[in-house]
Amino acid sequence: MSNNPEIQNKDIVLSVKNVSKSFRLPTEQASGIKQALINWTRGIKGYREQNVLKDISFEVERGDFLGIVGRNGSGKSTLLKLISGIYTPDSGSIAYQGKLVPFIELGVGFNPELTGRENVFLNGAMLGFSRTEIEAMYDDIVSFAELEDFMDQKLKNYSSGMQVRLAFSLAIKAKGDILVLDEVLAVGDEAFQTKCNNFFTEIKKDPSKTVILVTHSMDSVKKYCNKAILIRDGRIVVNGDKNDAANLYTEDNLKSLQTDKHETNENPDKYPLGLNETVPYLKCVPTSEVVLSSQQNFEFDIEYEYTKNEDFDLAFSMLDMTRGGIPYDTGAIPMGRGGSGRHKRHFSLPLNIFNNGTYQITASLRKPDPKNPNETIRIGYTNEENVCSFSISEDAHGSDYALLKYDAVKLTQQ
Amino acid sequence: MKQLWEKLSARYRYSWILLKELVKTDFKLRYEGSWLGVAWSVIKPLMLFAVMYVVFVRFLRVSDGSPTWPIVLLCGISLWNFFNEATTMGMQSVVSRGDLLRKINFPKYITVVAATIGSLISLAINMAVVIIFGFFSHAHYTWRIIFLPLNFAELYLMALGMALILATLFVWFRDLQHLWEVFMQVAFYATPIIYPLTMVTQMNPSNPKVGMTVQKLMLLSPPAQAIMDIRHNLLSPENVPTVWGSIHTWYIKIIPVILTAVIFLFGVYVFRKNSAKFAEVL
Repeated sequence: MSNNPEIQNKDIVLSVKNVSKSFRLPTEQASGIKQALINWTRGIKGYREQNVLKDISFEVERGDFLGIVGRNGSGKSTLLKLISGIYTPDSGSIAYQGKLVPFIELGVGFNPELTGRENVFLNGAMLGFSRTEIEAMYDDIVSFAELEDFMDQKLKNYSSGMQVRLAFSLAIKAKGDILVLDEVLAVGDEAFQTKCNNFFTEIKKDPSKTVILVTHSMDSVKKYCNKAILIRDGRIVVNGDKNDAANLYTEDNLKSLQTDKHETNENPDKYPLGLNETVPYLKCVPTSEVVLSSQQNFEFDIEYEYTKNEDFDLAFSMLDMTRGGIPYDTGAIPMGRGGSGRHKRHFSLPLNIFNNGTYQITASLRKPDPKNPNETIRIGYTNEENVCSFSISEDAHGSDYALLKYDAVKLTQQ
Repeated sequence: MKQLWEKLSARYRYSWILLKELVKTDFKLRYEGSWLGVAWSVIKPLMLFAVMYVVFVRFLRVSDGSPTWPIVLLCGISLWNFFNEATTMGMQSVVSRGDLLRKINFPKYITVVAATIGSLISLAINMAVVIIFGFFSHAHYTWRIIFLPLNFAELYLMALGMALILATLFVWFRDLQHLWEVFMQVAFYATPIIYPLTMVTQMNPSNPKVGMTVQKLMLLSPPAQAIMDIRHNLLSPENVPTVWGSIHTWYIKIIPVILTAVIFLFGVYVFRKNSAKFAEVL
């Protein structure tokens, strides 16, 4: 848990070996002597074991920028607390070299009744810096936070943005060798964001600084990190490649969106939203990967059942979940006459004109409107449970901004 | 020797930095927002003394008849207040800094030490007031003051040891706060502070042996022993009896000191053994 001579290789600054951690979650509130006695006499354990981390091993080299990603509850924060020494592992070992500065949360120990200046010294002391050491960093911290005029004000008079800026500046200007950050990105206004962005880009190049970052932003992972770890249910699924980790994470999220909804379907007897007697079944099912590059096609089936013996149409739309809006709609595709039984039709959607983002396919079955030959009436449509989603994820410069790639539009100049 | 010193300072550097900042912050925040600020730390004991003096010396007239009784009474109350405050604040210190414990790794005992040192600062101010008053209240200052550092160290270690045990238990059992409050109230009246020990001796004139036994038992409690010693050595060697003068068997005499050492060491042991789990439980 501390500076450890066991680390033979000079370049490995953090080594986590076979670390497991479980928590006892109290099933009954046992924070009193009475309850403890009752539980003891009845032989109730009063808790159940939850294995949060299982056999985690990885190494971080000097100068690495490691991203740790995973869905909520996967054990990322527990891992970070173990690295920071706040928790002790049940088994396995953690060793590091140099000064490790943890930021599980920004501004730990900040006191609203103290001035900004006093808080910097207090917070610094908590991170293990003496007064003289902080005095040396002080100007740097304050100017980065842009709070020169406010340092003698009490913290309670700061806006929340100012507090966060001060805390964040402390975090990144602290002279540590290993910086441990838990979802602390994206604070402050746009100008401050840009500054942080520059800082991280710079620290990424610094071979002496090591950063471990827990985040939900795959953009940050791809931008700053050189390595990443994906944790799923307490186990490492991807160890090393940042693109694999980021893509698999996105995939995990898309999948969970679909499984979550299955469980919430409470009325299996009645037709779910969007479906009815005429259209008892309509579903989009992906048949290719769901995290793709723009060179690939998104392949999917639309499975349907149309019970009435009449002509009907199919239409589907592509929704841009990242930017909003509907970039594409097929219009009515004639499907012939309906009948009993489920059918499916396969589609392949080229993605070459689209930039990065998460997209959703929604479909509807329609029939011509007898009153207005130009219109169709929607008979059934895919609800949230029956839509399907996919992501385009690429590294290329500028591929996150606009929906369309710049060469998707043939621009002419005069 | 020098190497040992460097080793020690490297090991306790972080603790020392943090302890200084926490004590400083606590002291600053104690009177934050009040008009008189730090002056309260002197004014408050003075005002409390005035109340005690009027109630106990003027109205209740509980006294051993000696001219030093008022100042002995004030000194005893200050010392008891310290013991009460240090153990109570120490007990709550880990839980009240729970937020910190869950976010950052630092030696947990620092919170307890910081809380007890905060009480120690109050005690120092109170003692300064007592000593100044002593000059006007017939206090008899003698060479015995050289024993005072030992007496204060004993009282502090006793308080710290108790605080460490209580703080550990309090993490799991919050009932302790109320229990301890009641217990301290009982202990306060069971300790010869607001009444002179001679009163106990004379409580059953027909059978003086009972009084003598109770008196000896009272003196064997570590806080009582330390408080009586401090009063004896600082203010009134003539009128304050101590365990050393009242009990003649040497191995019974040293019981309070042994108890203090045992409680302190046990406190350190219990706290160290459990402190790694605090962050998970809180």
